[in-house]
Amino acid sequence: MNHLDPHRHVRGESQYLDDVPEQQGTLFAAVYESPVAHGVLKGLDLSAARRAPGVARILTAQDVPGRNQIGGIVPDEPLLAEGHVHFRGQPVALVLARTERQAHAALRLIQADIELLPVITDPRKAAALGEFIVPPRTFRIGDSTGAFAGCAHVFEGVAESGGQEHLYIETQGAYAFPTELGGVRIISSTQGPTAVQRHCAVVLGLGMHQVEVDVTRLGGGFGGKEDQATPWGCLAALGAYLTRKPVKLVLDRMADMRMTGKRHPYSSDFKIGLDADLKIVAYEVQYYQNAGAAADLSPAVLERTLFHTTNAYHIPNVTATAHSCRTNLPPNTAFRGFGGPQGMFVMESAIVRAAEALGVAPAEIQRRNLLREGDLFPYRQPAELCHAEQAWDVAAERFDLPGLRAEVEAFNAANKLFKKGLSVMPICFGISFTKTFMNQAHALVHIYTDGSVGISTAAVEMGQGVNTKIAQVAARTLGISIHRVKIESTNTTRVANTSPSAASATADLNGQATLLACQRLRERLLRLAGAEYTVDYEGIEIKDEQVLAAGIPAETTWEKLVLLAYVRRVSLSENAHYATPGVHFDASTESGHPFAYHVYGTALTTATVDCLRGTYTIDAVRIAHDFGQSFSPAIDQGQIEGGVVQGIGWMTLEEVSYNQEGRLLSNSLNSYKIPDLYSVPAVLDVHFLDTPGHPRAVLRSKAVGEPPLMYGIGAYFALRNAIRAFRPGAALPLVAPMTPERVLGGLYPEAVAEPAGVAVG
Amino acid sequence: MISFYLNDQPVHTTEPAPSPLLDFVRYHEHLTGTKIGCREGDCGACTVLVGELTPDGERVQYQSMTSCLTPLGNCHGKHVVTVEGINRAGGQLTPVQQAIVDSHGAQCGFCTVGFVMSLTGHSLGDKPATAASTCAAIDGNICRCTGYKSLERAAEKLTAALAARPATGALGWLTERHYVPAYFAQMPTYLAALRTETAATKATAADSTGHAPTPTDSATVTTPPSGHAQNQNGTRSANQPFSHALLGGGTDLLVQQLDALREQPVRLLFDESGRRGVRQGAGGRVVLGAGTTATQLLESSLLRELLPALPQYLKLVSSTPIRNMGTVAGNFINASPIGDLTILFLALGADITLADPTGATRVLPLSELYLGYKKLDKEPHEQLTEISFPAPLPGDLFHFEKVSKRTHLDIASVNTACWLRFENGTIGAARLSAGGVGPVPLLLRRTSAYLLGRELSADTLAGANEVMQAEISPISDVRGTAAYKRLLLRQLLWAHFAQFGAAAEMVL
Repeated sequence: MNHLDPHRHVRGESQYLDDVPEQQGTLFAAVYESPVAHGVLKGLDLSAARRAPGVARILTAQDVPGRNQIGGIVPDEPLLAEGHVHFRGQPVALVLARTERQAHAALRLIQADIELLPVITDPRKAAALGEFIVPPRTFRIGDSTGAFAGCAHVFEGVAESGGQEHLYIETQGAYAFPTELGGVRIISSTQGPTAVQRHCAVVLGLGMHQVEVDVTRLGGGFGGKEDQATPWGCLAALGAYLTRKPVKLVLDRMADMRMTGKRHPYSSDFKIGLDADLKIVAYEVQYYQNAGAAADLSPAVLERTLFHTTNAYHIPNVTATAHSCRTNLPPNTAFRGFGGPQGMFVMESAIVRAAEALGVAPAEIQRRNLLREGDLFPYRQPAELCHAEQAWDVAAERFDLPGLRAEVEAFNAANKLFKKGLSVMPICFGISFTKTFMNQAHALVHIYTDGSVGISTAAVEMGQGVNTKIAQVAARTLGISIHRVKIESTNTTRVANTSPSAASATADLNGQATLLACQRLRERLLRLAGAEYTVDYEGIEIKDEQVLAAGIPAETTWEKLVLLAYVRRVSLSENAHYATPGVHFDASTESGHPFAYHVYGTALTTATVDCLRGTYTIDAVRIAHDFGQSFSPAIDQGQIEGGVVQGIGWMTLEEVSYNQEGRLLSNSLNSYKIPDLYSVPAVLDVHFLDTPGHPRAVLRSKAVGEPPLMYGIGAYFALRNAIRAFRPGAALPLVAPMTPERVLGGLYPEAVAEPAGVAVG
Repeated sequence: MISFYLNDQPVHTTEPAPSPLLDFVRYHEHLTGTKIGCREGDCGACTVLVGELTPDGERVQYQSMTSCLTPLGNCHGKHVVTVEGINRAGGQLTPVQQAIVDSHGAQCGFCTVGFVMSLTGHSLGDKPATAASTCAAIDGNICRCTGYKSLERAAEKLTAALAARPATGALGWLTERHYVPAYFAQMPTYLAALRTETAATKATAADSTGHAPTPTDSATVTTPPSGHAQNQNGTRSANQPFSHALLGGGTDLLVQQLDALREQPVRLLFDESGRRGVRQGAGGRVVLGAGTTATQLLESSLLRELLPALPQYLKLVSSTPIRNMGTVAGNFINASPIGDLTILFLALGADITLADPTGATRVLPLSELYLGYKKLDKEPHEQLTEISFPAPLPGDLFHFEKVSKRTHLDIASVNTACWLRFENGTIGAARLSAGGVGPVPLLLRRTSAYLLGRELSADTLAGANEVMQAEISPISDVRGTAAYKRLLLRQLLWAHFAQFGAAAEMVL
């Protein structure tokens, strides 16, 4: 949000894609999608649809003037299906009609002749058939095989986590306009304007300079509009390019759910070895990532799983192998945490499995294995300015972990029909794009002659508050009121070659670039003031719009100084580039220093299970979090609260389910449930740890977007803890989400012939 | 012609009556503050207020509704309020808006207007604002960004501010404080004038909807392959006065068959006179008009007296805006195997009255309405007009249970209701109903019969479960596997009896 956005939001004045006033002559697009998950596309009968009222044109792969290819990492994804269909919901044709209803009505008249091929939905089946998106990767440190031999305790198991629908409340969409130079201008609901621009240029066979992408704000993204806004931008652009008319494409909710990818489900095998003192000596893990039918961002998501294999723990001997498995589901994609949560879930599962077998609290193992200063991650970056133990200890003390434990035990001793459970969830999350080259950003800052300031960056506002943070950075640096600062829309002609707003790094990268630009402008203005008013440059500053020389108000103010600069022909614009220093990674050795810094924290979660009905409440989540030196505490707290609840949703009631034919069963808001007001914890305390921040975090305020999601994993283990209070010693599967069905199955295993639940698909 | 007030302006439109209010507001009137999230009443982003003149003509009563499921025709004669209709001049904020801003309750902002409207509706309500009632007002609003805690804090601020709202003259207090603009005070007069104005038109119109019947017979409601839709009217036949599709609150039909409904004449039932409300009938029976909404059940002092736990049951049924729209008869006729109200009324022993166009009526036990999946013992031209059930006697036991993936605003995996009457320490009469465990909402007759003459004991429960398991036939679907539903219904049977006093040992 911009600092003024909340005012516009509550008044309904903020403009989203579908609110852009429609231009006369606009054609409305609807996507004809593959009705089956895998097959040979032998023919397409468009004749009846072409004759339908209002239909202007129907586009297929044959109409693509450039290359029919939108794969970001691997070129394996056609914009419109050609030859084969690989998932149910894959775009096959685009209907353009004079009204939206006419476009949708025409979809029903299209017939596809498809010869069915076998459908794979299970990543392990895909792996057995050698269906990999990219070759498997292994992170290795120490010698895990050798180390297991010396371990006092070794445990193995399987852990599975499910998918997650992004459920941004604003669905995907784009509105494209032909430009007079034969190019297109696209208003897109995307986290990655440059990705839309680049792929549109490829699809249309144009230079990137012929494609302009503009983004004002998103009604939520969460990773779902990082790469997966691209198809809709390209389809609208294709329509506008070919018809020379504006084309608007907005997915309805069910189409959005059917056609777009989600958080990757993982199925994993783990092996953990501990010594007699419960120090984790060795850990081996094989991840099977369900990538879906095309690469999308899966290889990068897979990489981050490997980076977060050991969560907040130091383990000297680790072998972690990750397989990206091709299945006939929509390509799965980025989602807050980006593979990190999936890796951490397996790590926590391994610890809990060990703790249950040894009859100790998982916290006993967790606490004594936390990272310390200088410990090496499996990719050989040392933990620097490490706050893992501090976060744990502060949380335990401030929120009285022993007291909470005693309360849970007393409750469970006194109650038969309800049981409580407790978990501790430490997190450690690396900040930076793991692809080093993406860690760069530009800021274009204009000071206008009246002293107002306009800033363009690569940052896309989607509710995370990045525009407010950028405005704060500028106002602080220039010494002016934030009300003078406007953050412009994100536009590829003003700021080029951008990285997507992702990886929690948007405020850091774009904030640092803004800081640099504003510092240069300030220096220029102060040098002018020094010369003009013959005061010593060293002592001059601008504070609250007043120019101070050695702390004493000078003869000029912000407004006067700015106007003077213009008159003296001093540039009032600055374009700064920031590249995170010191980050590097060598994929040939799987080692390096990929992250600018890490974020730490610990959550204590308590939950109550209704042992008659299998229903539950997550009662309280109490968090000590490492924000560094937050300069937007309200925004940062909002990110923690929202992230935790999203993580709890992923671990509890959000269940993406496909059938064997690759058809999405959880295909609407009535069958896919995200947390509502009543399902969030009654207590959600966030304590700001006293940490110095990191010099590479903007103004030492650490990135906050993704890390809190992983606190939600604590909800899963608190529920498991409560089920075992009802059924001591139960061997429960390590399968998430913990739906009421899985809870009841865990409480009454004898009553359900097979393990309850839908297989991870 | 459909006539109503949209914010401070009168509107007259010939758009089809079943068209969603949402589309009218956004695409005809270009009021884009109201957002589209799901188009099935499950997110609340499109929440607006719909105000209706009280019978005495003195006041307008506002309710929150999801405009995606509000048939335009149901707005006839009413006051529809979008965010543009409450915004203050000069960019200043209403207290509701200010509370959300101050609490940082808006992140991406896309759901925010829905929260603003729900809370504004709550401010306009006539019941005291408590922490629980303010939160209940936003129980139909989904937010993906905030985790709701900041919105809870906004709700707290609002509850505190509303503590000073007077019981009488509340509107004046609210307009002075800019909760709503001053024109709200004129709305009773405006709506009364509109009523007079349109009464003349209505008297001459052949079609009570105000929507001109289309001459073609080809447009009929069809059942899509999903099988979820149901032609409420059976097969449509030409020249039948009741052959028009019947449309009530719209909460099921606008999700299932909007496109088909838009193409044909419909008969709107939501505001049909004399079809709303709960009253004491003859012979110890309670009588409901078919158009009674779930909210009106909740507000009926008679029902709350007979079924003191009704508020807690209805809290499990959809959300505030949907309860304001959905009717009891609609729930019955939709014939969903897991219709919450259907399950509740099956155990209450409800009868339904079906009327044909000649005015002839027949009475049918609700349990006999269902012949098979979405198949009803109801002629196409028949309309459900009334529902009645024997009032439970003091000492009777009644309980409703529902489990869904998400406790609130969700469709049940399994739901069940149970009514028992004890005579001399044994069960003298019993009705047990269950949903989600067969093709239709079930009255479990054999299980109910099994209970007769037995004491409340572990053996009785075990025996009843055995009979019950043979009486149900759940299937695996997105709401759970068949095995889960069997286990869950057993547990909910235990839960009924735990509620009726069975010791924990008996049910574990």
